Amino acid sequence: MKRALLPLIIFLVVVGFLFVGLNLDPREVPSPLVGKPAPAFSLPRLDNADKMISNKDMLGKVWLFNVWASWCGACRDEHHVLVALSKSGVVPIYGLDYKDTRLDALQWLAERGNPYVATAVDENGRVGIDYGVYGVPETYVIDKAGVIAYKQIGPITEAVLRDKILPLVKRLQIQ
Amino acid sequence: MKLIFRVVTVCCLMLIANAWADEARPLHDDVAVEAQVQRLSEELRCLVCQNQTLADSHSELAEDLRQEIRVMATKGMSDQQITDYLVERYGDFVRYRPPLKSTTLLLWFGPFALLLGGGIGLFLMLRRRAKSAGNLPLSADEARKVNALLNEES
Repeated sequence: MKRALLPLIIFLVVVGFLFVGLNLDPREVPSPLVGKPAPAFSLPRLDNADKMISNKDMLGKVWLFNVWASWCGACRDEHHVLVALSKSGVVPIYGLDYKDTRLDALQWLAERGNPYVATAVDENGRVGIDYGVYGVPETYVIDKAGVIAYKQIGPITEAVLRDKILPLVKRLQIQ
Repeated sequence: MKLIFRVVTVCCLMLIANAWADEARPLHDDVAVEAQVQRLSEELRCLVCQNQTLADSHSELAEDLRQEIRVMATKGMSDQQITDYLVERYGDFVRYRPPLKSTTLLLWFGPFALLLGGGIGLFLMLRRRAKSAGNLPLSADEARKVNALLNEES
């Protein structure tokens, strides 16, 4: 009886591994940047190319750093979530306009609403590389000390916001 | 005079044709730098099309990263330094040869452990089977039959 069970046990273990494997998203590569200081940048602002914006400007507050572009289809899906979040005033959202043209980006925001306190323009994608961006949209939660606490790869859905990002932001804000 | 003019014209045309027929120039004049870029981009994964190397991929990110590698190579950075730079940003996943560390132990040694386990299992099974087959005592009836057959032969 015991010997007959062994193949069954091996089979169930293999099925278990395969089942877990099927549910993993290969696009979600864990970022080595979580827990590390956010890479420094100083970029021109989207609304005013003469003014610069730097990650140091946000020191002392918890903020979201959302990488987006007007050419990015999935950014469309998350945009209304971001607009609603910015209206709630819970946490400031800063944008990184990744490999985009200024005109397209401004038009996009005019059409769909602007959830960003400010947007930095990363025209050649250099800052994107520093942040390990490989698929827009991506969003970073950065704490008061400027350390990356979380990285969302792909669009922010209402569920992700409610279950992951907002609880984390609240925890970081009382720290 | 006319002949000389013709010869010169033909020569000039040949020169132009030669310039057109020139091979595609490498992106960087320094051959060593370009070789290093090529070597590294064959070892690194493009995160957009994950089953392609940076060398194979035509995605924009891959092009940017190749350019980034080229800039670093021009500065004289070593393969190790450039790989570290990318791993810092994108994680070990960018490397096609994952490093040996605690989180990758199963990846590196799992197949050998399975092979060893299977080998031991097979060995034990075969030994048990050989033992049980060899030591079966004959019943009295069987012994008689065997003896009868043996006697018949001789």
